[in-house]
Amino acid sequence: MAEYVGQPVLRYDGIGHVTARTRYVDDIQLPGMLYIKVLTSPVHKGIIRHLDTSAAERMPGVAGVITAKDVPGKNAYGLIPDQPVFTPEHIRYKGERIAAVAAVDEDTAMEALEKIKLDIEEQEPVFDPFKAMEPGAPLVRPEGNVWEFNSGKTRKIRFGDVEKGFAEADVIVEGTYTTATNDHAPMEPQVSVAYIDETDRLAIYTVSQDLYFHLGMLTAIFNLPMNKIRYIGGTVGGGFGSKNDIHCDHVAGLMALKIRKPVKYRHTRREETAYTTKRGPWTFYFKDGVKKDGRIIARYVKTVHDTGGYAGMGPYVVDKNSILVAGPYAIPNVWVDGICVFTNKPPCSSMRGFGIINGTAADQLQTARVAEAIGKDPWEVHFINAWREGDLGATQFKVEAAGLIEAMKRAAELAGIELPAHLKAMSSRGR
Amino acid sequence: MKYVLSFNLNGLPVDTLVKATDTLLDVLREKLNVVSPKRGCDNGDCGACTVLVNGEPVRACLTIGLTVAGKNVQTVEGLQQDGKLHPLQRAFHEHYAAQCGFCTPGMLIAAKALLDKNPKPTREQIVEGISGNLCRCGTYVEVVEAIQAVAAGKYKE
Amino acid sequence: MKKRGIGIAVGTHPAGLKGGGDPSQAQIRLKPDGTFDLLNGAVDIGQGCKTILRQLAADELDVPLENITHQNIDTDTGPMCTGTFASRVTFMDGNAVLAAAADLKKKIRDWAAEYFECSPADVEVANNKVFVKGVPEKSLSMAEVGAMVNWGGKFLVGTGAYTPGPGQQFDPETGKMTAIASLAFGCCVAEVEVDTETGVVDVLKLVQVFEVGKAMNRLLCKGQNNGGAMMGIGFGLTENVCPYYPTMDFAVQDLTDYVITTAADMPPVMVEDIVEVPHPNGPRGAKGYSEMTASLAGPAILNAIHNAIGVWITDYPATPERILKALEAAHA
Repeated sequence: MAEYVGQPVLRYDGIGHVTARTRYVDDIQLPGMLYIKVLTSPVHKGIIRHLDTSAAERMPGVAGVITAKDVPGKNAYGLIPDQPVFTPEHIRYKGERIAAVAAVDEDTAMEALEKIKLDIEEQEPVFDPFKAMEPGAPLVRPEGNVWEFNSGKTRKIRFGDVEKGFAEADVIVEGTYTTATNDHAPMEPQVSVAYIDETDRLAIYTVSQDLYFHLGMLTAIFNLPMNKIRYIGGTVGGGFGSKNDIHCDHVAGLMALKIRKPVKYRHTRREETAYTTKRGPWTFYFKDGVKKDGRIIARYVKTVHDTGGYAGMGPYVVDKNSILVAGPYAIPNVWVDGICVFTNKPPCSSMRGFGIINGTAADQLQTARVAEAIGKDPWEVHFINAWREGDLGATQFKVEAAGLIEAMKRAAELAGIELPAHLKAMSSRGR
Repeated sequence: MKYVLSFNLNGLPVDTLVKATDTLLDVLREKLNVVSPKRGCDNGDCGACTVLVNGEPVRACLTIGLTVAGKNVQTVEGLQQDGKLHPLQRAFHEHYAAQCGFCTPGMLIAAKALLDKNPKPTREQIVEGISGNLCRCGTYVEVVEAIQAVAAGKYKE
Repeated sequence: MKKRGIGIAVGTHPAGLKGGGDPSQAQIRLKPDGTFDLLNGAVDIGQGCKTILRQLAADELDVPLENITHQNIDTDTGPMCTGTFASRVTFMDGNAVLAAAADLKKKIRDWAAEYFECSPADVEVANNKVFVKGVPEKSLSMAEVGAMVNWGGKFLVGTGAYTPGPGQQFDPETGKMTAIASLAFGCCVAEVEVDTETGVVDVLKLVQVFEVGKAMNRLLCKGQNNGGAMMGIGFGLTENVCPYYPTMDFAVQDLTDYVITTAADMPPVMVEDIVEVPHPNGPRGAKGYSEMTASLAGPAILNAIHNAIGVWITDYPATPERILKALEAAHA
């Protein structure tokens, strides 16, 4: 019987990595390849009143200019497809794409961008999600600044009866926590190479983490069936969720379709940092009802997620956060209100941990404060409340193959912490 | 205005036409198609473009191309000798010191520069030697282990 | 003054999208010399799917690992995969690969049953051979099978797909949403030293243990555990795109301002381990977990800071400025 699973088999791509034979997208150079630079909005919010690219188009060395008018299909993409490839009119964040130039080199393309005449009527932006929720706040998007879930303006999780739990509790513990905007900062910035291949199809070398997911979005943008796009990838120089969203393939593909020549569009580190999607910032308010023995019997959580200018995966991040924000604990009464707010910032989307890292960051400070409030060792609180096999989560899913207690016991052992006997005797297999 | 730049690349002479503003990274990647030095930041922050110039590790993105005229430039493409992996390459592979692999070429060059000068570094010296090379996968533990293994002579021919 | 403290954090992480609806497919084909090509659509972003999917295929087909290539190069040849995100590839693509291997084995058995003139149920595919159970002379090497199948005008391709179930919506009133592919667990213990004059935090020791169901490849897990910790330390102490949030003032522009961890930020003592509680639906019991490796170090460090200096830092990251302000407020 072959038994490779569980063995330290060396990386299949390891020799490629240490010899630098692994081919990343920016390593690809095609004959006659042109370089793309993108004109982005210099303001946080506004309306494009006038856009004239004719001087750029006439410049020597420029092969083509594209704007919203050059999108043959749907000028929108994203998990919730609300973000335009090039904005035709409304600007929701500084850095939003307006036009792209392909030229013989990046310097020429940048010079051409300066020749584009752009007249923007600047509007008052809103950055603070709490202000954005107030009546009369500037509208980031016409539908309003708060996302509408199927449960209304909040993602509602209602499990048990939190008020009853608070009434039965010995102690109430409250806390507010925030997490910051984070950048994925993969060492490989976003890049795309697009060309028309020998079968007259559009071919794109991509850094996408999700070939098929993005292929679906690209077919809509290009108005092409899936088999008219050859999407080449599979090897990525770090993603961490930044390559879960398209940043270059749509622009490069549109340009290649228009000028029928190979193009490369790559972000500088500054463009990468300033304009790509982020891990959005959060505010969490927790209120726990706790028994003196350490049991958390009610947990109320209100979250506000600042998702920036477009939905992207923001509402989905709030969904996923809401499922698990109460932590890996058997809490009989849980109430979660998750709110997703739009502001005039670069759109926030997925990043390693996808809402759960933020929820964990908050719930683990809160749970430590619970322990402090009742004068217990934090280990005690974690062990007493930890999910056991078959427990229900806040959205009523059943916990299968529970393993938190086993992980905690091993971690304490490795940290040289002697746990009390009654905790060591516990198991995820039963209470 | 372009200039002829002649230098020695991984033991072989090369000539190429460059602009005065071209960085060594531009020369290597865009003109010569030597792609092991990676373009991670163009700002000297990440170290992914680290190469050896006359044995000294430099950021190719901060080095003006014309300044390497007549010098020896070494990249990961030149690490293998007689078709065999360099001890550091074997050690990195066997210690899983590359995850996505993008920072690996710069890491390898930084490690080589360190061991060339100091074949028996302490752990602290290894950490210092690679601390200018960012790895977002966070493979620092494994990179240090790989370099320690080479320094301990575990990868001699 | 330098003060030391210990903090812990625990957590869980699901594999895949909430509620399912994120399928993956795989395809394995038998070549004329008895080797195999494994095709799938998952992207290797460094986590190692190119490595572990071959391991799974080799085990299920019971053939040497070297006999299997893996290719995920494009959408012309690669079967569908929803994507490399949400710690889902080991779980979803792993199951798809197992299904494809099982399908190919069935097709090889059917072919061999005709050749050996027996029932497919009596044919065994094992040890890189195809044979009739209990009849030693009726045995072919996989190389012979590959040649006979392909040159005989047949093409045996195993296909497999997996989804944890259809997508599920939340109940609008209760939020009921019961589909979770798998839950992995973790615990982190951090020991820190806080300089109360500068507000600088040194992480002296970090212990991380993750419950992963079944480790496909222990050393790839080690890479995730240690690597995730480095990202978690940044989350806890330095990383902030908008330092004057909610405004965009002084928003960072590059890696000079956006401070991610370097080798010099490695805690002098880093310990990692796994425990395994196999998941009934996971490939060989595996769960998806690797996103979680970045989730626990941050809160463990902030809890350790509290343990060291007695004040709560409730805003991430715990920068020196925030620590000094919190100390000042506590002593005011």
